[in-house]
Amino acid sequence: MLAWLSDNGLLLGLAVLDGLASAASIFMVAVGLNLVFGVMRILNVAHGSLYAIGAYSAASLTLFLTSRGLPGWLCYPALVIAAALVGAILGPLIERVLLKRVQNQEPVLQLLVTFALFMILEDVQKLIWGVQPVSNDTPMRLLGTVDVPFGTDVIPYTAYQLYVLPGVALLTLVGLAWFMRRTLAGRVIVAVTTDREAATSQGIDAAKVTMLTFTFGAALAALGGALASPMTSMVPGVGASTIVLSFAVVATAGLGQIEGAAIAAVMIGLGRSIAVYLEPELEVVVPYLIMVLVLLVRPQGLFGVTETRRI
Amino acid sequence: MTGRLEILAAILGAALLVLLAWAVPWLRFVLTIALAKGITVLGILLLLRAGQVSFGHAMYVAIAAYAVAFVAPQMREALLLLPMAALVSALAGLIIGLFVMRYREIFFGMLNLALSMVFYSLLEKLYTITHGTDGIRLPMPTFLGVELTGASYDWAVFTLALVLAVGFAIFIRIYLAAPLGQALAGIKTREARLEFMGVPARYVLLSAYVLSALMAGCGGSLVALTSRHVTPALAYWTASGELVFIAILGGAGSVLGAFLGAVVYELTRVYAAANLADAWQLILGLVLLLVILFAPGGLVGMARGLLGRRKVA
Repeated sequence: MLAWLSDNGLLLGLAVLDGLASAASIFMVAVGLNLVFGVMRILNVAHGSLYAIGAYSAASLTLFLTSRGLPGWLCYPALVIAAALVGAILGPLIERVLLKRVQNQEPVLQLLVTFALFMILEDVQKLIWGVQPVSNDTPMRLLGTVDVPFGTDVIPYTAYQLYVLPGVALLTLVGLAWFMRRTLAGRVIVAVTTDREAATSQGIDAAKVTMLTFTFGAALAALGGALASPMTSMVPGVGASTIVLSFAVVATAGLGQIEGAAIAAVMIGLGRSIAVYLEPELEVVVPYLIMVLVLLVRPQGLFGVTETRRI
Repeated sequence: MTGRLEILAAILGAALLVLLAWAVPWLRFVLTIALAKGITVLGILLLLRAGQVSFGHAMYVAIAAYAVAFVAPQMREALLLLPMAALVSALAGLIIGLFVMRYREIFFGMLNLALSMVFYSLLEKLYTITHGTDGIRLPMPTFLGVELTGASYDWAVFTLALVLAVGFAIFIRIYLAAPLGQALAGIKTREARLEFMGVPARYVLLSAYVLSALMAGCGGSLVALTSRHVTPALAYWTASGELVFIAILGGAGSVLGAFLGAVVYELTRVYAAANLADAWQLILGLVLLLVILFAPGGLVGMARGLLGRRKVA
């Protein structure tokens, strides 16, 4: 074991850093999925597509800025602006045109509607950005690398993945927890999540809260994609793998948990990146293996509370 | 639609398929695939009856197709390959079913999707076993030990598909009318009530799930036999989406609708998909939305509306 560690310790350290970076971007998507589920009781299958569209838009916007010869630091606000635009345009559109119609329908129809939306958005990406990989690593290159001390060695690692990505995710986690518990707007969302009818009877405009929360959740997914875009090249199919991965996070944590989603994201992110270094073929299996193992022991997820069954 | 009218429609439909396959030789392949998908969609209908939707049933199609591909080099008899592969698929359905049965609706649909994505990735990545995206070519199977070639082989697979389709259609009609099938609808309305009556809801759903995996297995075997080439794409989420699409298009809850939907879908796809490859899912998604929002009865519902008989058979 020790001998193995001294041989592979560096790889393991690299795997941990990779895992934290990917956990950060999955967390952004999963937490948005959770928020939307909370107020609407609908699991948006197309949520992963919003991540993909956020990633593509961010890459396009930064490529446009750099091609105009504008200063490089502009690409950081560009990532955020692209995500905000995707959320602000697609969020209200999807919620008002589609989801509102099926708000009171049976769950199977709601799932089918969001699945149909997912099919549509996956092709919209292909029509706009084509099937060739799109990539833009300017935001990552600009910050350069940092030497991370690891035992007697150092691991050179990109500052972007080390600070920016986990930083934004941590900020989102803390900010969201503060927002939901300490501000009026956040408490209104919690009220609608807990009991829509009672909240409405208190004078809360549940429809408006739902639309805004959905938009916010969509923007978070898009931001997750925008932040991840400098690290990978986008290809068709990103949306599909993102929705199942973020579902795995949400299911592992338990539906509706914010801090839980962060812990589950780290577990799954680490599991996946360690698998990449040990047994690359198994990379895709590990997240779901973690999920299935957790669900076998705790069907409601690690931090979920069992809902009493209504008769 | 009365029972008699439905039987008439089924006989006419089957006759029309045979006629089409005879008149237009290249349609034989398309129609065989359509029948295979129709059989698979019947299984999805069972789950829809219970208010559950699986976004990953293409996995069972692929399991059976790969089972055929793995065994075919050793044993080429089609009439043994098919039941063998269908049983492998049903067994996988039993094992996975025991796990997913704890969940309903969102989790049920998404867990199926997640598992199918894992299976797809494994098919793609384990190159030494599955040959990755290249897929596996099958040797020519035999029928009852007879070596067939060209058109006679196509006819044999087509006939097999038609016989299976008719058999499963009759079986599912009986199943849905039987207490077990009636209990499925009970799961959708109020599961707790079923249990108060002493009906073990979980096992009712599990039996339907295993049955749907078995039918998807038959569909997958037929696909493998007729195309004689299996690839991971069989298990991709778009393939599962197709199945759900056909179920809703044909009319959820109608046995004839599954096949009507499958034939209409495959015929359209032959003409449209090649020209609209990048927008095909988009079109499917739009039609799916329109059907859900404006014609919840699907094609069969529309046909019933035209006939002016609203009563569900």
